[in-house]
Amino acid sequence: MRKLALSEDILLQAEKPARYTGGEINAVIKDREQVAVRFAMVFPDVYEIGESHLGMKILYHLLNARPDVWCERVYSPWMDMDRQMREKGIPLFALESQDPLKDFDFLGITLQYEMCYTNVLQVLDLAGIPLLAADRGEDMPLVIGGGPCAYNPEPLADFFDLFYIGEGEVSYDALLDGYKENRARGGSRQDFLRKAAEIPGIYVPSLYRPEYHEDGTLADFVPLCPEAPRKIRKVIVSQMDEAPYPLKPVVPYLKATQDRVVLEIMRGCIRGCRFCQAGMIYRPVRQKSVGKLLDTARCMQDATGYDEISLSSLSSSDYTELGPLLNGLLSECRDRKVNISLPSLRIDAFSLDVMSKVQDVKKSSLTFAPEGGTQRIRNVINKGLTEEEILSGAAEAFRGGWNKVKLYFMLGLPTETEEDMRGIAELAEKIAKCYYAEVPKEQRKGKVQITASASFFVPKPFTPFQWATMETEEEYLRRARLVKDTFREQLNRKSLHFQYHEADVTVLEGVLARGDRRVGAAILEAYRLGAIYDAWSEFFDMEKWREAFRRTGVDPDFYTRRPRQAEELFPWDFIDIGVTKRFLRREWERAMEGLVTPNCRESCSGCGAAVFGGGICHEN
Amino acid sequence: MKIRIRFSKTEDLRFISHLDVMRYFQKALRRAHVDISYTQGFSPHPVMSFASPLGLGQTSEGEYVDIEVGSSQPSAQMVERLNAVMAEGIQVLGFRRLPDTGKTNAMATIAAADYQVWLQPEEWVPRASCLGYWESYLAQDAIVVHQKTKSREADSDIRPLIQEAQWREDGSFFLRLAAGSDRNLKPEAVLDGFFLWLEEAGALPQGQKPALRIHRLDLYGEQDGKRISLEDFGEDMV
Ligand code: SF4
Repeated sequence: MRKLALSEDILLQAEKPARYTGGEINAVIKDREQVAVRFAMVFPDVYEIGESHLGMKILYHLLNARPDVWCERVYSPWMDMDRQMREKGIPLFALESQDPLKDFDFLGITLQYEMCYTNVLQVLDLAGIPLLAADRGEDMPLVIGGGPCAYNPEPLADFFDLFYIGEGEVSYDALLDGYKENRARGGSRQDFLRKAAEIPGIYVPSLYRPEYHEDGTLADFVPLCPEAPRKIRKVIVSQMDEAPYPLKPVVPYLKATQDRVVLEIMRGCIRGCRFCQAGMIYRPVRQKSVGKLLDTARCMQDATGYDEISLSSLSSSDYTELGPLLNGLLSECRDRKVNISLPSLRIDAFSLDVMSKVQDVKKSSLTFAPEGGTQRIRNVINKGLTEEEILSGAAEAFRGGWNKVKLYFMLGLPTETEEDMRGIAELAEKIAKCYYAEVPKEQRKGKVQITASASFFVPKPFTPFQWATMETEEEYLRRARLVKDTFREQLNRKSLHFQYHEADVTVLEGVLARGDRRVGAAILEAYRLGAIYDAWSEFFDMEKWREAFRRTGVDPDFYTRRPRQAEELFPWDFIDIGVTKRFLRREWERAMEGLVTPNCRESCSGCGAAVFGGGICHEN
Repeated sequence: MKIRIRFSKTEDLRFISHLDVMRYFQKALRRAHVDISYTQGFSPHPVMSFASPLGLGQTSEGEYVDIEVGSSQPSAQMVERLNAVMAEGIQVLGFRRLPDTGKTNAMATIAAADYQVWLQPEEWVPRASCLGYWESYLAQDAIVVHQKTKSREADSDIRPLIQEAQWREDGSFFLRLAAGSDRNLKPEAVLDGFFLWLEEAGALPQGQKPALRIHRLDLYGEQDGKRISLEDFGEDMV
């Protein structure tokens, strides 16, 4: 029997002891004496969030498929346990073996959102691993980062030994083999890092030195040894059907956010919305086949016992075989009493028909993400969703019995005018009117309920909007209030609700997203001042960050408010995502002109992602 | 047909809450391909009902869940099938068919529960010198303890709810206590009362209670005035 790292006493005081005991169905247990490499896979947020993450599950499966590697899971201890562990000096451990992280060879930390950066430091700190890579000795684990935020790793460069740029399926074997070889040869940590720098997709930050112009912008990004390439190209899977997939994922006891089988149907997105980072970094679109997916779904249900299945992709409506896939799943799931939870599909006759089969129309709501309030701004962001499409979709749905609608918008988009802001409320009003026009009085079940929510736009690296200037916190709030006021003026205001996100987090996210290596000092200082769980509004404290910026002399405005020139060298430009900077710039210019660019299926715009030799770019 | 499953919950599984164990069983039954009956509607869920929730940190070899199935193999095979998909720490001990008629709902029939309780550390309250206090504690006509529940807080006499109580030579306590939805006594209450008794007698320093390790042995129902294990309401299928 395993010995738990925490005493009974401490566990019973915890809010949810099951976050720390492991032992779930399908958790992989190996003999620690029989494996050559111990790998701890970290999701720097609470168990229920991390345990829902597909990327983690894929890597866990892939690494454990190697008999010489034991990959285990680690999540951020929740606040109550964080306190206990600090007070009692208990080192952070991995769930499977319950062994301290210090004993591991690798700590792989997945970086899904900027607001988890202080939790990265929390994990290192609780593990007793020096926060700065430069301070780590030979016997310390190698800390490797991956995930979408690794596409601008610079703010975290000081804390990581390596970053993995791209999809995990490709280069881990080379990395682990290289590690074993180096150890067999008696090589040092430094020897390994230099070797690793030659592996496709691997970035070793300590082997590069950024140089700056007097105005603070980046002048050069200099490799310090011959092994470190000037450009690091992301690595991606070209044949999705052949990629390993976790057929026996861990089934948590606790109710995870994703408490169901998750079926990844494709990677990438054809759309090219100009604000969307995922839409660019995961290019090109690559699909899995229906046959493969149906097999996978069956195996996963057998191995987990989940009674629900959901599809995962950036835009499931664009999956070309969606009809056959859903029909296949529907017929199988009916027999097995499995529910299908649908991702947000484009609302049309087909999707409404499917939705009415799998969910209770009275309870479920329709989701639209127009992102912008007017056609003008929707053209700017290249969101190919027209008012006509929204209204005709809504009308059809209202006739089918739906009466709840959710709308998602962004505020603070480049070129945004007051008309665009007011357009948010006006669009919501039009949808309400459509309900009253479509549904005769005697058939109405109460009022239509339209909920619009707005988040504030944060420019991300590797998007056409990476050149955009952000607004101030006050300005974001002013815009949100203007929208709110416009909602109050609408005839059907009683059927409309408007909510918006917090503005201070937005500004911080902006600094971290497009930050350079100098921002790391502020992250470290914020953590020392007690910032942690920044993604949780109940713990987020902007004051700590303001103080950290003051103390470290990092000026947030430099990263958010400064206009960026076309030719400026960005901290992330040493990464090659296939999509070229030239294409992104062209898209920025087209945005300024309000020109829409066709999606990959309509016609190829030559973005550069064709270099990977797979996916949609080579389908025709 | 109605089925009663008896299972144990031991080892690290004691840190999994009752609610999570319920969710665990839904999935486990599917993994074992048990032909369980579902409710109607858009999100059908399996028909199942659990007996008397176990506190977090406690272990048990007498946990029960009643389900309904369309078909079944013999009990021994079903037990085997279920155990093939169980987590370490949960073991299925029985899979029996309940009579189709009569009041058999697991929760409704419960009348008593057996517990074994260890003190931690054991030597905190030496049996040799304290056994006399234990006997005098139980010999009282009434044992009034202050009990807090979610809805109320009151003094109540727990003596009538203690059906059997022994301090065994191995140092553990055996308790048979009233259980069920209307009259339920927790083993902690019996021992907390005892520690208070010791404190008042000066045999235990104030506020220095040992921790308890509680293990449930079985749950019982009543039929024709007789106490029988919940398991024995059903019959093995052969
Ligand atoms: S190369 Fe063409 S088809 Fe391929 S991702 Fe880019 S725009 Fe789309």
